[in-house]
Amino acid sequence: MIRTSILTLAAAGFVATTFGAPSPVVAQKVDFAGKRIEWIIPYGTGGGSNRWARFYVPWLQKALPGNPIVAVKNMPGASSTKGTNYFARRGTKDGLSILGTSGSTQFPFLLGDRRVKYDYADWEVILATPVGGVVYINKSLGVKSASDMKKLQKAKLKFGSQGPTSLDLVPLLAFDILGLNVKPVFGMKGRGPSRLAFERGEVRIDYQTTPAFLKRVTPLVKKGIAIPIMTWGTLNENGKLVRDPTFPNLPHVGEVYKMMHGKAPKGPAWTAWKAFMAAGFPAQKMIFVKKGTPKNIVAAWRAAAAKAIAMPGFEAAKNKKLGKYEQATGKKAQALYKVATNVPPAAKKWVLNWLKTRYNKVP
Amino acid sequence: MIESMISAFAEITSGTHLLYLFGGVIMGLVVGIFPGLGGIVGLSLLLPFLYGMDPTSALAMLIGLVAIIPTSDTFTSVLMGIPGSSASQATVLDGFPLAKKGEAARALGAAFSASLYGGVIGAIVLTFFIVIARPVILLFTSAELFMLTILGLSMVGVLAGNCLSKGLLACGLGLMFGALGGAPATGEFRMSFDNAYLGDGLPLVVVGLAMFAVPEIIDLLRSGGSISKSAKLGSGWTQGFKDMWAYRWLCTRCAGIGCIIGALPGLGGSVVDWIAYGHVKQTAKDSSQFGKGDIRGVLAPESANNAKEGGGLIPTLLFAIPGSGSMAVFLGGMELIGLEPGPSMVDGKLNLTYVIIWSLALANVIGAGCCLLISRNVAQLTTIKYVYLAPFMVMVICFAAFQATRDLGDLMVLFAVGLVGIMFKRFGWPRPAFLIGFVLADNSETYLYQAVQFYDWGFLLRPGVIIIFVLTVISIWFGARNAPTGETDLADENKPKPTNMKPQAYFAAFVVFLFAWGLIDGVQHSFLGAVYPVGICLVMLPIAGRLFYVTAKNKTEHAANFDYEIEGDHAGKEGVPGLVYYLTWLAGFIATVMLVGFWIAITGFFLTFLRVHSDASWTRILTMTTCGVGFITSLSWIMVLNFPGGFLQYYFKLPWPLS
Repeated sequence: MIRTSILTLAAAGFVATTFGAPSPVVAQKVDFAGKRIEWIIPYGTGGGSNRWARFYVPWLQKALPGNPIVAVKNMPGASSTKGTNYFARRGTKDGLSILGTSGSTQFPFLLGDRRVKYDYADWEVILATPVGGVVYINKSLGVKSASDMKKLQKAKLKFGSQGPTSLDLVPLLAFDILGLNVKPVFGMKGRGPSRLAFERGEVRIDYQTTPAFLKRVTPLVKKGIAIPIMTWGTLNENGKLVRDPTFPNLPHVGEVYKMMHGKAPKGPAWTAWKAFMAAGFPAQKMIFVKKGTPKNIVAAWRAAAAKAIAMPGFEAAKNKKLGKYEQATGKKAQALYKVATNVPPAAKKWVLNWLKTRYNKVP
Repeated sequence: MIESMISAFAEITSGTHLLYLFGGVIMGLVVGIFPGLGGIVGLSLLLPFLYGMDPTSALAMLIGLVAIIPTSDTFTSVLMGIPGSSASQATVLDGFPLAKKGEAARALGAAFSASLYGGVIGAIVLTFFIVIARPVILLFTSAELFMLTILGLSMVGVLAGNCLSKGLLACGLGLMFGALGGAPATGEFRMSFDNAYLGDGLPLVVVGLAMFAVPEIIDLLRSGGSISKSAKLGSGWTQGFKDMWAYRWLCTRCAGIGCIIGALPGLGGSVVDWIAYGHVKQTAKDSSQFGKGDIRGVLAPESANNAKEGGGLIPTLLFAIPGSGSMAVFLGGMELIGLEPGPSMVDGKLNLTYVIIWSLALANVIGAGCCLLISRNVAQLTTIKYVYLAPFMVMVICFAAFQATRDLGDLMVLFAVGLVGIMFKRFGWPRPAFLIGFVLADNSETYLYQAVQFYDWGFLLRPGVIIIFVLTVISIWFGARNAPTGETDLADENKPKPTNMKPQAYFAAFVVFLFAWGLIDGVQHSFLGAVYPVGICLVMLPIAGRLFYVTAKNKTEHAANFDYEIEGDHAGKEGVPGLVYYLTWLAGFIATVMLVGFWIAITGFFLTFLRVHSDASWTRILTMTTCGVGFITSLSWIMVLNFPGGFLQYYFKLPWPLS
């Protein structure tokens, strides 16, 4: 009798663990006490994604039930597809392994890079961190602000880039749309070396993401070497391009287009640019757990993310390190995730064609 | 400036600062002594402590950790011939032969006192240089950086040994191996068979281990006995210190070179050691002992690589561009603490900059001092019978290689390039020439492409480019003047020259094949992706073809004629197993890893290898296995590292450490 009930229990447990049906016993409280959570960051220790993750670690540790250790595991390689593929194949469905992605993880996925063996639809988003981008130019070009951008059309410009299928797709396409004569020089090992090339005077136009701009370019602006001219802007609830909240005084690309050409931008190029900008920036960095993770664990993660960003001191620390963007959790994060990982097929087709004809590049 | 110096001096001599610095050094020493770990792993260990610490103490700890990394991996490179990082590859060349001669303690003593000295000289140079560094560094554009890579490549002449064509071919192979993977200009994947791992290029640490450590392991196992042929330790570290002092001007020069090249962002620290090594070889009056255990070959790279860390601080602090892996770690740590690198480091925060520079020097002194003190004891390892050490070595090398990208591909590359390394050793091809080509391949191509894009071909007339070009010519002239003449510098005069050159001809044919393959692969890419590898192959093919002709025609009097199997120490001895025998063991091990994963494979390897090759009892074998595997398991657990998995792990989910 006892034996049978044990067997039944075991069978029930087996069914529950195998098919992921939350059994009533586990469905209550999630406690990560004494556990170690592995956070895969498919980037090296030198970059922005690592900084972002390391920034979040202490807040998440405090907010998660049972205060587990969150250990960041850097797995760079193959334009971030390596670590992401690893998570797709090996990540567990118990909330103990999570993934942090960036725009450069989204782009190969959206463009159908053959190294990609992951699908964003297999994951549940926990948190999304927006970021912006700022374009700045050398003062020797004689352009003081976006209003005399027309002058820039005549200048021959060079731009340091990591490659047209990286996140640099957004600036390169924006320059094309604005009608600037910009020639990219590839082989840069990151945005940092591009900035160094700007400081050397090798390139006279460059862009940096918000945290890097705030920290690294602001001193150059103060010295009068660099002049910020525009941002990528950000999308509001209705999907309209508006000014970046961190730089309310700088116009966004759409405004600059209007200043230069006298009318608002439109057409397939502009639609494609907006789609890829939305994929690369408003939800640039995201935290994921795998789909199939028990509902209560996903809920615990989402609650912890919401709790973390509401903690006293978080806001100030975040503004300093990540810029003044609202960190998205819950429904908001899900909305951003949708936009970032679903580019309309027409936009994708247009961009693939542009890459082929402009750069002879097939991802 | 003086005020900043005074306040910085007060800061670093305070008790708490010293204490935390010391803590960082000890931590770095424990992590760094294990090849392949070092900086990044050290940081992840340190991170939990850094949070909540006050910035100055955290900074002290961080500096202590960073300073010790290029010092502590000297142990394995000198004692075992295992270069754990790019900072110790050149040290192996003469350090390991010294250990084999039974002078391990002396070599370590020389290495650590040179590290210490180099670190201090570097700090002195930096103290004055940092104030004017910003504009100076901005003068080095892609054009000047490209020319510097040419200066580096010109060292091949001195690193080539007695046969220039072998040297050039070795360098060419290095360049070609380095060009494998994504092309800088177009991102096309060259020579990578559509493989994602190869698409990222070959990792330097793995190539270093494959070229130096793998051939040595096989060689040591075959010749039997212990690493130290006399099973003695010889004179102690005081002798090494005296050596350093006798060559203090050499060390000063190398420290200066290290400091300046380390300060140039974008060139990367890995070149420094080779340039220092080439420098000592081309300026030495008698360069016949290099590669066989010349103490100067240890002093030069070691004094340069600690100064290099100091130099590397400049782009990190002033531009937030880290020049090396450990500086990337340092930058990450600085940001965590809340310190922002940038121009203000010399404008408003000069005292903090001095705290950092001098702490680094102080940490060098403490770290090298600690290493000196324990060097005699650690050197005892070289007197142990090698059969007992071998499984530990295989474990250490494979684990270190795996840390490069944490991919099973690391182990396969280790084996494949290891085969090339074994052939290089056997036929007397200069491995340093290969390494210098490999190290500079990516930089030379990238900067050439960028310089042409930015300045057109007119970049060749930039004043900086012309100055570096003149330096290159002087360097070649020096090298040519001191080129070894006559007999092969690796050969033992008492042994006969090989009479049958067939094996050499096979290898030459293989090299011809490699370049031909590079050419065929190259022409399939767009112009910008193809021009560099195709250019190399077109230059190298005739040289390789000629060498094949010479060897196939059995021209035994030609300078290229060398075969370690006939001229080596083990040649003609009884009971020496063939080259293939131990290679099969290694291949078997790596194949087992692919099947059942690293953890099970290494346990099995320990058991079978010791059982077959040593006369130890089962109890003793089990104890050794438990120690070895237990050590690596706990290390991985603490540092959140995974072991390489195989097919078993691909299909089944297993609990750690089996997973």
